Amino acid sequence: MSQIEVFAQLTLNGIAVGAIYALVALGIVLIYKATEVLNFAHGDLLVVSAFSAWGLIAVAGLPFWLALLLVVLGVSALSYLLDAFVIRRIAGQPQFAGVMLTIALAFMMRGIVSMVAGPEARNYSTPFTGQHSTVAGIAIGHLQLVILGITLAVTVTFFLFFRHTRLGVAMQAASQNQLAAYLNGIRVKRVNSLVWALAGACAAVAGVLLAPITLVDLTLWFVTLKALAALMLGGFGSVPGAIVGGLLIGLIEQYAGVYLPDGSKDIAAYLVLIAVLVVKPTGLLGEAHGRRV
Amino acid sequence: MHFDYHTRYSEGTALFKRPADKLAYGLLLAALLVLPAVLSPFFLGELSYVFILCVASLGLMFLTGFTGQVSLGHAAFLAIGAYAHAWFLARGLPWPLSLPLAAMLTAVVGVLIGIPAIRVSGLYLAMVTLAFSIIVEQVIGLWSSVTGGFTGLAVEDPKLLGWSLSGPKAFYYTCLLVLVGVLLGLLNLLRSATGRALVGVRDSEAAAYALGIHVQGHKVAAFGVSAGVCGLAGGLLAHHLKYLTPDGFTLLLSLELVLMVVIGGLGSLRGAVLGAILISLLPTAISRIKPLLPDSISKQFGLEIFVFGLVLAIFVLFEPGGLNARWLKLRALLQSFPLYRRDTFKRQKRYMKSERYK
Repeated sequence: MSQIEVFAQLTLNGIAVGAIYALVALGIVLIYKATEVLNFAHGDLLVVSAFSAWGLIAVAGLPFWLALLLVVLGVSALSYLLDAFVIRRIAGQPQFAGVMLTIALAFMMRGIVSMVAGPEARNYSTPFTGQHSTVAGIAIGHLQLVILGITLAVTVTFFLFFRHTRLGVAMQAASQNQLAAYLNGIRVKRVNSLVWALAGACAAVAGVLLAPITLVDLTLWFVTLKALAALMLGGFGSVPGAIVGGLLIGLIEQYAGVYLPDGSKDIAAYLVLIAVLVVKPTGLLGEAHGRRV
Repeated sequence: MHFDYHTRYSEGTALFKRPADKLAYGLLLAALLVLPAVLSPFFLGELSYVFILCVASLGLMFLTGFTGQVSLGHAAFLAIGAYAHAWFLARGLPWPLSLPLAAMLTAVVGVLIGIPAIRVSGLYLAMVTLAFSIIVEQVIGLWSSVTGGFTGLAVEDPKLLGWSLSGPKAFYYTCLLVLVGVLLGLLNLLRSATGRALVGVRDSEAAAYALGIHVQGHKVAAFGVSAGVCGLAGGLLAHHLKYLTPDGFTLLLSLELVLMVVIGGLGSLRGAVLGAILISLLPTAISRIKPLLPDSISKQFGLEIFVFGLVLAIFVLFEPGGLNARWLKLRALLQSFPLYRRDTFKRQKRYMKSERYK
């Protein structure tokens, strides 16, 4: 392979992985904007999704798309209930309480998954596993194309949803000013729980798509940290920033794996995170937020 | 309920609030001193480990509870302290010199990591420390000429003036000595002007700044002190582990430290100690109750982490003040026994408050 082909291949892989990071980051930023809770349990929603998908596909033998649909519905319901029964209780407490509570939920979910399914890694097959086309010397996996397509579809759907539906506008209103939204007849609590459900759906899609690339494994939750790096890079609290940041982190990781010394692939995302926060804390597309005194 | 009515300025900064405290803490210390005579070496080893975690937890509490800076990566400072100590020992430095040197080196790293804290705070700072901790873990794995890489690094036995401190009793007393020293040091620091300034920075940066406190300097200094204390704990931990690998200092350890300070109760050194005791004994307790559970649950791997999560969730939801608040309530109940009113500590209803500035 020539230099350019290697570069193109890396770029393609980076965009595919970055699309997953973007999806995860999107879920986190939705919740953050709506409830000001930084959801550390998001990666564990991915773990739950991946293991349920494994159960449905590899054990129960359902077709991939049906399993995807079921997992999305199930995990959305789970995260709706999480907000309605647990997270909502700490409204009004400092941000740190939200971080701690979601870490606690993350531990519990990881523990339950590990108790039910066992800690060993496993895999399931999709209709696209192992298939690829070659264009100009670059191998394009069909799974990567599906990931890109679905991420694009989810993003566009969200954009239209937030712009053009009553519920979407209500969600925007509630995230901007809860009291004013409430006085205008928006049921803020329910809307927030629905935002959690949306984010859960995001996590489910990301989990079901990421697992065939890596493995169905408890360490999938580490993607939360990559997504957080993506969020910081893109600008915390900005939805387009989440997408751009996710893609950039995916690319940076792939390039670092080849062009930088050994071991830098694993820490590239975190180095970027620190550098961004030190140099430009608002990120690339972030809006400047002061802090209330 | 007991309220502190101060009639002199000196009472506000007294080390012991009441004469009874002197007696109580004296008795506790005496009990800890005679404990090695009755306990088996296994329990002494466990207790030494608890003391080490108490030191680390105090270090984090100083930063998070008293300066208001959240760190999700303090395991990195433990790791740096442990590896530096082991490395100094291997170079032939005497033990009493190596441990403070390791702590000082960790403090310097802490100051360097604290510098971003000037620009970012809150969640952003938590992210920086989290990323730092992951990077340190990887660097330790890759820098094998100094750290032994993933194969690990053996730690030499502690020696003081020709005596070996590696026996369970000697090590127990060493850890106890360090813990008491750190506790007294932090208590005295906190009742000094610097400590008051740190609490001021925690409660309102703007107000502290307006009162002439050098906010940025104090924040960075707090990072340095906290990292130094954790480096000290790391040095002791190196002897407890006897063999260092990067796996010993993962993100999970950082999160456990955060758990200790949160469950203990932010803003109290007593809480840091109580939290460290609870969290470090929890795995032992779980392994004790495992035989009582049905096989399908007890054989599984995830029970421990599930219980950790459950305990943390219960505290965040129902007792945000942590073990320290629970202890204060219990004490109030005992002191005012027949007259205790249930609503003394009633929590007020709170509403969503945005930390965003619009």
